[in-house]
Amino acid sequence: MDNPQVEVQPLNRDKVRNFIKVMIYLAIITALEFLIAFTVPHDYKWLRIVVFVVMTIVKAYYIVAEFMHLGHEKKSLKMSIVLPMLFVVFLVFILIFQGSAIYNVLY
Amino acid sequence: MADSAVLVDEGKKNLWGGGVSPFKASYGKVMMWFFLLSDAFTFSALLITYGMIRFTHPSYEGAVADFKFSPEYWPIPEKVFEAFPGMHALGIESAPLVFVGLMTFILIASSVTMVLAVEAGERMDKKGVEKWMLWTIVGGLTFLGCQAWEWTHFIIGSDDSMNAIGNIVTGAGLSSNQYGPPNFAALFFFITGFHGFHVLSGVFINFVIFYQATVGILERRGHYEMVEKVGLYWHFVDLVWVFVFTFFYLV
Repeated sequence: MDNPQVEVQPLNRDKVRNFIKVMIYLAIITALEFLIAFTVPHDYKWLRIVVFVVMTIVKAYYIVAEFMHLGHEKKSLKMSIVLPMLFVVFLVFILIFQGSAIYNVLY
Repeated sequence: MADSAVLVDEGKKNLWGGGVSPFKASYGKVMMWFFLLSDAFTFSALLITYGMIRFTHPSYEGAVADFKFSPEYWPIPEKVFEAFPGMHALGIESAPLVFVGLMTFILIASSVTMVLAVEAGERMDKKGVEKWMLWTIVGGLTFLGCQAWEWTHFIIGSDDSMNAIGNIVTGAGLSSNQYGPPNFAALFFFITGFHGFHVLSGVFINFVIFYQATVGILERRGHYEMVEKVGLYWHFVDLVWVFVFTFFYLV
């Protein structure tokens, strides 16, 4: 029971191509993460942590900017969502230092 | 000029003076964004708590090949998550992180089908919305099935030879587990469980919108913006998984 009055627009090929491109980026970064997980030894703990976190943030950027379309929204909306995440960065530093301090007391 | 009437420059109307949408996005979309921001804070708090508790425990020092589970130190993830359905039948002893890799790709794929549903909605393509929403739902259900299997395996535990040193523990519960310190399993259940709950509710919401698209409610409304809004929620679930994956399975 298709409504004959509704006009279906043709497929936006550029948009779809962009989504496929982002998907390939995400897949490549995930594959690289697996490669690093098995090749870089656990002795390089901080190197591993920093590399994984940077790659995760790159993936998060692509999901938020392209899939969630935030990269193409107005700057005020972008900033309203991104700037509050600074609190999270703040909490990371507080609780990682706190965890290390507890560790030093216990061991 | 202080006593004259306020001059309104029609060419440069005040964005926040009412009558226009200052973010150039609908109310529902903006509110979905702010809900997701609050949800991001919740997940951040959980994951940072994981990081803090992880840092209060010693790391395993020594060769990875000699690794044994012990409550004395935090386990190495690829030694914990190394099972794949049916791998013993195929004669494979361990498949580290393969299953979680599959789950990650399923979720990324369902995110792509979701953007294709949104794109179809922008073109008023009812059939396209139905098709891609259905694939997204299938992806979500597959992910949930994988997670159910993973939890079951994690709770029941692996072979008897993999018991903790000192006291014999098999499997995992909230108070003790065979893999490492008690907090390890407790955090695993809490964080992946909370994420899984988001996937479950996302599948329900996706189904409601799929139903509305199928019976023509959205077409009669004249736009498919609801698909875009549930799409935001679904991508957020994928986004959280990216972080859960890094902190639980890689670091």
